[in-house]
Amino acid sequence: MEDWLEIAGRKYRSRLIVGTGKYKDFDETRRAIEVSGAEIVTVAVRRVNITDPNKENLLDYLDPKKYTILPNTAGCYNAEDAVRTCRLAREAGVGKLVKLEVIGDDKTLFPDIPATLEAAKILVKEGFDVLPYITDDPITAKKLEDIGCKAVMPLAAPIGSGLGIRNPYNIRIILEQANVPVIVDAGVGTASDAALAMEMGCHGVLMNTAIAGAKDPILMAEAMRLGIEAGRKAFRAGRIAKKLYATASSPLEGILN
Amino acid sequence: MGMNIKINGEDKEIASGLSLAGLLEELQIRPARVVVERNRAIVARDAYESTQLADGDTLEIVHFVGGG
Repeated sequence: MEDWLEIAGRKYRSRLIVGTGKYKDFDETRRAIEVSGAEIVTVAVRRVNITDPNKENLLDYLDPKKYTILPNTAGCYNAEDAVRTCRLAREAGVGKLVKLEVIGDDKTLFPDIPATLEAAKILVKEGFDVLPYITDDPITAKKLEDIGCKAVMPLAAPIGSGLGIRNPYNIRIILEQANVPVIVDAGVGTASDAALAMEMGCHGVLMNTAIAGAKDPILMAEAMRLGIEAGRKAFRAGRIAKKLYATASSPLEGILN
Repeated sequence: MGMNIKINGEDKEIASGLSLAGLLEELQIRPARVVVERNRAIVARDAYESTQLADGDTLEIVHFVGGG
């Protein structure tokens, strides 16, 4: 059976979205992403170093024809900067999909929700397909969906923390309410965290540090791909109910006397 | 006689009459991989050739880098 992740009218086979930060070099980035099976990759917008313009560019290693490039607004602390960053990203010609993140505090990297809502309104009006990074708050998720965002992306835990899903109950409420894909963004530490998100019914998981920061990023990229696939299949298969007592797996008839 | 402009926060002296396309070439930056903001307004790529830089201009030249 076909099982697609659909975001902003585009269908994806993979439910894993990966970042491109923190890798040793572009070649490792390319290999990890290839092994992860991801079809959507996030990138950041930054100044070119004009005194030493690096001849190599990330897009030389990630073909925008093969991958959907998802520019982020990381490092933006207010709506104006985030909107400006998105406009610059769109001009690069890789589409109108953006990962909106307006950071509220550099210790937790938690989002500034009022500023995120403000930026989302402007961006949606300007025709962007907005995927906002948010705290695991169902009210915020609903508001952003109502504004016209194409998905909501609640964090599992702080960015880069590797703590896994700290509040699965809130994620469940967000899932129950949402009419757009729910992508767990940030905080995943290992493959079981990704699998758990998928088993809960999340539509996708976005991660960067969990892969790039692993001792062997390429192997972890594969582990994450498998974790996502296993979790998704388990969700679709429908798990058994939890029971306190045993139920025998072998027949009770025909037992030797 | 040159012009003083600011590129990515740094002061720089460039030749008078230089176009944006000319500047990028001088800086060895591939136009296809960057986006340029001139005095807070984005310059479309097909306008790089026709954009004459002026004294006091502030440019931001950005590109995509690894990020999460």
